[in-house]
Formats: sequence, C-alpha cells, structure tokens
Amino acid sequence: MADTSAKQVLLEPIFSNNPIALQILGICSALAVTTSLNVTIVMCISVIAVTAFSNLAVSLVRTQIPNSIRIIVQMTIIASLVIVVDQVLKAYAYEISKQLSVFVGLIITNCIVMGRAEGFAMKNGPWLSFLDGIGNGLGYSVLLLFVAFFRELLGAGSLFGVSLMPVVNEGGWYIPNGLLLLPPSAFFIIGLAIWGLRAWKPEQVEVPEYKMSRHKAKEAF
Amino acid sequence: MSKAKETVSRTLIVALALCIVCSVVVSTAAVMLKPAQVTNQNLDIKSNILAAAGMLPAGASAAEIEEQFQRFDVRLLDLDTGEYVEPQAVGFEDAMKYDMYRAASDPALSETLASGEDPAGIKRRPNVAKIFTLSENGELQRVVLPVHGYGLWSTLYGFVSLEGDANTIEGLGFYAHAETPGLGGEVDNPRWKQQWVGKTVYDVDNLIQPQIRLVKGGVDPNDQNKEHKVDALSGATLTSRGVEQLLNYWMGENGYATFLKKLRQGEV
Repeated sequence: MADTSAKQVLLEPIFSNNPIALQILGICSALAVTTSLNVTIVMCISVIAVTAFSNLAVSLVRTQIPNSIRIIVQMTIIASLVIVVDQVLKAYAYEISKQLSVFVGLIITNCIVMGRAEGFAMKNGPWLSFLDGIGNGLGYSVLLLFVAFFRELLGAGSLFGVSLMPVVNEGGWYIPNGLLLLPPSAFFIIGLAIWGLRAWKPEQVEVPEYKMSRHKAKEAF
Repeated sequence: MSKAKETVSRTLIVALALCIVCSVVVSTAAVMLKPAQVTNQNLDIKSNILAAAGMLPAGASAAEIEEQFQRFDVRLLDLDTGEYVEPQAVGFEDAMKYDMYRAASDPALSETLASGEDPAGIKRRPNVAKIFTLSENGELQRVVLPVHGYGLWSTLYGFVSLEGDANTIEGLGFYAHAETPGLGGEVDNPRWKQQWVGKTVYDVDNLIQPQIRLVKGGVDPNDQNKEHKVDALSGATLTSRGVEQLLNYWMGENGYATFLKKLRQGEV
C-alpha cells in the first residue's frame, strides 16, 4: 500500500475493507456494547479517537522504535490513550461510561487498534496513518451502529432511547424479542451483515481453502 | 532500518523515554479530570436517593438535584442498637464520606454472616449504615434506607424510601445490578416499581417481622395480605426471590427493624 491516496485510506475501510466484516477483527466489543445506540455511539467515538491517535503516535516514532520491543511500545501507547479516554468519559459522560463499564478499558485489546498500528502506522507517515485510524474506526462504527440499530429497535422497541414501538410491559402492543438484548444476537446480525456485504461486493468472498472430494469408496450395502 | 537502533542501550533509552512520556500524559489526565469525576459520582448517588424517594423530576439539572438533596439529613446508624452514631465513631469527619459497602469488607467495621442468617446473600454486613432522613418542622417525613442483596447473576444495590410512619413504602429503586436485560433487568421498569408505592412492610401488630412477598400471577385484590404483596417479575423467578429476600432481610431484625421501631416511638 505504498501509493495510497488519503481519500482511499480514509474511505476504503468503511465498506471495501471493513475491519469487522472482512478482517473479522474486534468482534467481542461488537457483541457487548450494541444493546442501545447511545452507548454504541460513545463507544465508536472512543475507538475512532484511540485508533487515530495511536496510529499517529506510533507513526511519529516509528523510525525510533527498536524492532525487538515494537509490540510493547505500541501496546503502551494504546493503553495510555485508552486510559485517557476512559478518564474523559468518566468526567464528561458519566452515565454512559457506567454502562460501558469495562469495555472502554478493553479497547486496549481490540485487535483493530493493534492491527492498524502494526500493519499500517509502522510503515506510513503520520498524516496517512492518522487518516487510516479514523477510517478503520469508521468502518468499525458503521457495523456497530448497524448491529445496534436492529438490537435496540427489536429488543427494546426504541431508537436512541426514544420509544418507537411501545412495549407490552409499559402498556403498548410490541412484545420485545429478548434474544436481541443478549450478546449472541449480535453474532446473527453480524453474520447477516457480512452475507449482505459480500453479496453486494462479491470480490470480498474468500476462495474456499479446500474442496471435498467426490465420494469414491464403495461401502457396504 | 539502521543498525544503530537495535543496540541494548538504545532499546532501554527508548523504553524509558516512552514510559516517562506516557505516565506524564496519563497522570495529567487523571489529576485534571478528578474533580469533575468526583462531582459526577456524588451527583449519581444523590440522584439515586432522590429517585427512590420519588423526588427526582425528569431531566433534573445538577443544581436541582443538589437543592433537593439539601433537604435530607445524612445519618449514620448502628444496626445492632438501632441508634444514630457520630461520624467520628467510624473515623470520618462527615457522614457523607462514609461508605457502608466499603466498610463491609473491613473486619473492624462489619461482621461475617453465617450461611443460615444470610438470606440476602451478602456474606458480610457492615455494623453501621448510612441512611437519609427528611424532616419538616421537626416531623419525620421520609426515611431512605440503602439495601442490597443477591439476585440471579449479581448483587443488586438500591434504596427503599419509607413514609413518616416508618412502614409505608414510598418507592424503591436499584441503581446497580447485572440481571438479565428484559427479564430480571425489569426491576428498573418504572411500571413495576410503581406497584410498590403504598405497600406496607410490617403488620400493625408485628412491627419487627417484615411481610413483603413477591407473588406470581398478580396480586389478588381480595387477598387479606395484599398490602404486603407485589407482582413478581415475569420470567425472573430468581431475581424476584432475591428482591423479596433482600428486602425482608434489611427490614428485619438484623437490618433496620430495631431502628424503625425506635423511630416510630420517637426514641431516636
């Protein structure tokens, strides 16, 4: 990716090279924080900030990092940024930070952040790396918002906490689908999203690694 | 890729420099944002108390919450004697600073519960509880009591607000729990919480033994004891049982019953 333009770097990860849908990274937080859109948006902004700034920081010092400790250096930069984000959320978005609880801290282990630092920022300049971070954060966000949209709408009958389909427990008519409030439902939605995306962009379909050979042996009959 | 940056001394210098820069960034952020975080935490606790007492208007601002909360007196209560204690007795200048859940893990300030006498599943009970009373013209209007206990997956933490008769429930709310969303998590449902308003904890002739029951299938309007009964959460038998047991524990002899008895007789 030597001749990449800024626009490509920023926009490609959204659909063409989506970190969740194509690279299947960062699934765990996609399961955990997508029960309501408000929480999801804050999580997305946090991840975008962390990927962008960690890419920027890693790229700035990339010529100085000794090869033998490069992973630890990246990890330290990412961890520091995540702590800062967590502190800011606790100070300015306390309610949401309570709901996100440990998942902000777990951005440290999000494979997307580490993957972009090692895979892109170590080889490219600061500006491109920064854009790449934002782009991958956006790619992550698009999929998370997609998942959260369906989970909140069908699981709680609301969007952004505003009730659209009044649920039975509150005197309405909609019987919420409890499964969608539980983490496994995100697997189904992500699976369907990947299916949809690959139907739209068939070049993302992976070549099968092996084929079953024809059944040749004659068996007892 | 020059060879120079792979030497041992170079590696150590880079690692050290990185550590210094990162720790400065992290500690600056932590120190600068501390005041805002503390304010948020205090506001959160105060709004939970007001919510249990039904005194929290929707979308209340920080100033409104502070103003409403000012009407409450923060009191520390010895659970065994049922009498107020001074904050200095537990080593604090200000009653608001005492944290009964932290005290529960301090052997000097709490006691272990044997498995037979621990229906709420809390393992250790603090000796001193932090409660909130609201009096007007010398007459007790409300008393807000913290309660906690185990549900299905998690410990539920909440407040119960009683009217001036120290028997009628004015509201309850749980501010921290991790019960199943949509099932046990419905303890947060305002409609369910509404059922508690006006229920009574004790029978008039037995003011020590709490009678709260969560019943399946709705409360029969002809039931003699309907003023103690609340419809259980559907699909959440264990969370409902946990709520019933934790309320009866905290309203019983080992909890607030001794204090509430004295409160009714005007002894505290």
